[in-house]
Amino acid sequence: MMRIDCPHCGPRAQSEFGYERTLDSIVTLDMPADEAMARLYARANPRGLDDELWRHGLGCRQWIVLRRHRVTHEIVGVAAFDPAILS
Amino acid sequence: MNGPGRIGRDETATLRFTFDGRSLCARPGDTLAAALLANGVGLVARSFKYHRPRGIMAAGVEEPNALVTVGEGGRTEPNTRATDVFVYEGMVARSQNRWPSLAFDLGAVNALAAPVLAAGFYYKTFFGPPARWMVYEKLIRRAAGLGKPPTLADPDRHQHRAAFCDVLVVGGGPAGLAAADDAARGGARVILVEQDRALGGCALRGDGEMPTSDAALRAAGVRILTRTTASGVWDHGFVTLAERLVEPGEAPPPGQPAQRLWHVRAERIVLATGAIERPVTFAGNDRPGVMLSQAVRTYIRRFDVLPGRRVVIATNNDDAYRTAEAVAAAGGEVVAILDSRPDFTEVARAAKERFRVHTNAFPHSTKGRSGRLRSIGADIWTERHSFDADLLAMSGGFTPVVHLHSQAGGKLDWRADIQAFVPGASAQAITSVGGAAGEVAPIGTNAVHLPHPKHSFVDFQNDVTAADIDLAWQEGYRSVEHLKRYTTLGMATDQGKTSNMAALARLASVAGVDIPQAGLTTFRAPFTPLALGALAGPDGGGHAAPRRRLALHDRHAALAPVWQPLGYWDRPRAYPAAGESLNDAAIREARAVRTSAGIIDVSTLAKFAVSGPDAAALLEMVCATGVAKLGVGRGRYTFMLRDDGMVMDDGTVWRLDETRWLLTSSTGGADRMEAHLSYVHRVLAPHLRVSVVAQQEHFAGIALAGPLAPTILAGLTGQAPPAHMGLAEASIAAVRVLILAASYSGERAFEIYAPGAIAGPVWDALDRATCAQGGCPYGLEALEFLRIEKGHVVIGAEADGRTTPHDLGLGRMLRKAGGYVGAQALGRPALSAPDRLQLVGLETAEASLPEGAMLVARAGAPVEGHVTSAAQRVLGQGGIALGLLAGGRARLGDRLIAASPTRGRHVAVTVTQPLFYDPEGERYRD
Ligand SMILES: [Zn+2]
Repeated sequence: MMRIDCPHCGPRAQSEFGYERTLDSIVTLDMPADEAMARLYARANPRGLDDELWRHGLGCRQWIVLRRHRVTHEIVGVAAFDPAILS
Repeated sequence: MNGPGRIGRDETATLRFTFDGRSLCARPGDTLAAALLANGVGLVARSFKYHRPRGIMAAGVEEPNALVTVGEGGRTEPNTRATDVFVYEGMVARSQNRWPSLAFDLGAVNALAAPVLAAGFYYKTFFGPPARWMVYEKLIRRAAGLGKPPTLADPDRHQHRAAFCDVLVVGGGPAGLAAADDAARGGARVILVEQDRALGGCALRGDGEMPTSDAALRAAGVRILTRTTASGVWDHGFVTLAERLVEPGEAPPPGQPAQRLWHVRAERIVLATGAIERPVTFAGNDRPGVMLSQAVRTYIRRFDVLPGRRVVIATNNDDAYRTAEAVAAAGGEVVAILDSRPDFTEVARAAKERFRVHTNAFPHSTKGRSGRLRSIGADIWTERHSFDADLLAMSGGFTPVVHLHSQAGGKLDWRADIQAFVPGASAQAITSVGGAAGEVAPIGTNAVHLPHPKHSFVDFQNDVTAADIDLAWQEGYRSVEHLKRYTTLGMATDQGKTSNMAALARLASVAGVDIPQAGLTTFRAPFTPLALGALAGPDGGGHAAPRRRLALHDRHAALAPVWQPLGYWDRPRAYPAAGESLNDAAIREARAVRTSAGIIDVSTLAKFAVSGPDAAALLEMVCATGVAKLGVGRGRYTFMLRDDGMVMDDGTVWRLDETRWLLTSSTGGADRMEAHLSYVHRVLAPHLRVSVVAQQEHFAGIALAGPLAPTILAGLTGQAPPAHMGLAEASIAAVRVLILAASYSGERAFEIYAPGAIAGPVWDALDRATCAQGGCPYGLEALEFLRIEKGHVVIGAEADGRTTPHDLGLGRMLRKAGGYVGAQALGRPALSAPDRLQLVGLETAEASLPEGAMLVARAGAPVEGHVTSAAQRVLGQGGIALGLLAGGRARLGDRLIAASPTRGRHVAVTVTQPLFYDPEGERYRD
């Protein structure tokens, strides 16, 4: 079980968190259909570091972004979700 | 005297235990293996495949041969290593995989059939004609095997516990003790775990000294857990420890758990897990009386047990010479030391003064009878020799226990001088020390002499010989992972602790490559077998998924309903009268709703209070139907999509005033909907000024449905009921309630909400008034009949995560302007293909049709869809169902067969509209 350092609550067990999706697969509602579908079905899915959207559902309930290695599970950064990255 | 036995007089053997019914004595502190050897018992088990006689080979958890069943009734633990269980008073142990008895085992004829059962036997049989498997299956299931699992429930408790530490030290030998001492002196919070009952590790067999004591460590604040195995190292310093509070089969003291599973988060981990000695590969190396050299030392020095009187030592390293000294000191005779290395080392030269030491010497075979070793054949230089002996102590080198390092993602480095892998770069804050880090005796690396590979065992527990590995190679299995699966090598309960390196060496030599090139299989948790009970811990039975109680639970319980689990709750499925069947009760209740009135507890529906100036904007993003144009005091049916256009959930949305809304959705989807609302708001539209409050359990809800519902409600509230899809506030039994006029049953209906804590009187009033009109409470079964007649979809049945609104016939409700989650995906051509599965109705003259049945045109034709929900008509006769059928909307009137081979039913059905009752909706409109 991973340990995630919530920017609001501090280090907590993974079981308190829920994985949502990678940042590059967020589909905003004003996105053209082609781009929306590319985000859902043609993601980069790197074998390495990726940015992921998680929620501290059994804690502060805030959305956070993990920069996480998808093979080793190493977490190199955690930050509160910043909506500005979508615009 | 011959064979194993206790050294000196055995006055302290005070514990009584039985093995295969024979009453024996043990000393406190004996393992079962030590006690058996002390009692002269050498034959302990029969092997997995060939039923060969097996004894005790090791002294620790790596034991591959001596698996026994310990305990009785629900405390029975099969496949317990005799070397890893300490004898207690009254212990009952039995041998396994033998019939009728251990000494005379009919299954041993398998040994004669050995050529048939060679590597790949299972593969060849599976891929052969099916008839061949039919022949072999029964034979194999009876003959091959380990112990039998208990058939009774485990009477004991298992505990889970969490802990945190700065340093976790795994292994209580000299290296681990030193590491724990260092860390504690530096002020760290330290946990030290040792799988044995005593600290000391190799010091217990006289190798090295303990650098500190149990008491000193405890005084320094170290938490010491003995009889505790670090079973797995996971991500980010998370380690699971399995602590045995009592021995296998032993009853714990009253109120105490039998095992405790620790969840430890450690900042740093020190692995002092030692090294495991490897057997030497030669013909008959599996015979009782052939043991690992260090194990022999352990039995002599720790347990005062001499496992044999006339001892031959076969080694490729200097460490085994210590065993010669131990045997001699204990009064045994060292017949010969067979050293495979061509030159005398310093240690060998010194030993030559006292013992017969042969270089370039290899054991090639063993002879014995009745589970006793008699003699050993050896090739020494170019000559054949035979030695009379009852014990062969072998040492094929040492394999560092890198399991936990490797589980944690660490790399492994090859060390030619010890012919083993050692920990390389760590993936986490993990250090290995001592034997685990490769501090073990170097071995001779000259070519191995193996004249009889067919009888030379590599994996003892799964009966894999050197010849099996050769055969796998000949048949084209090149990768070690394939070899493993083909031969079952390393796949037994010991996971190949003693066998993997020997197998790799054999594979490498057949392939003509170095061992590192041959590869290595993956190390997986648990390190030693773990009881399912320990994994489950207290989360068993009703605690596996704690049930929540409805606010009105006691009201239902008073009516003795049939309960049905739904989401976190148990809800009444029906309220049968005395002697009434479930189905009869459900039909009676449903008919009451169609003809007079009924009430049902709908408290579990998800409810969200959505309020703020942008509440409508958020709802329009979440809901795929029109919302914002709803007038105050009105509601409507709605559904929500995923990004990919599939229906995620459905419910109703109500406008309480200009800026306050109520959204309801399915019981089971409540958590998902809560997260989805948060996602849409906080991630996609954080600029919206809106608050969402989940109110699922705050309000109890009661639906009142039936043609008499308006009359009943007016009588209770003293006011006119709201129009269909309207809402009102009112008082029932002096409790303020919110009334939503929504119909799920197809009759005039009202959902009445009140805070759960005070909803009881509302139920009582509704119940009295409804029963007075000839109605009754109804359960989920009747609700199901009613909604199927009306063609309402259910999340999970019709909306199965693969259906779009078009598939479900909801397309006309979609908001044309888009702007909701899933809108972009609905334009994909594949989602409007004419042959998609579409919602249809199905009807039959038979009383019912099987849920889940496949829809086919005729027997043997391709499957074109399936039945999602089935019911019988409430007022009429015959069975009806909803189903998903390829291109279904264009196939009304088609005749199909609903085929359910698993239930042995094939029912002729006709495709209809998914609406069987009151198609114009006249009954629920005003
Ligand atoms: Zn948090």
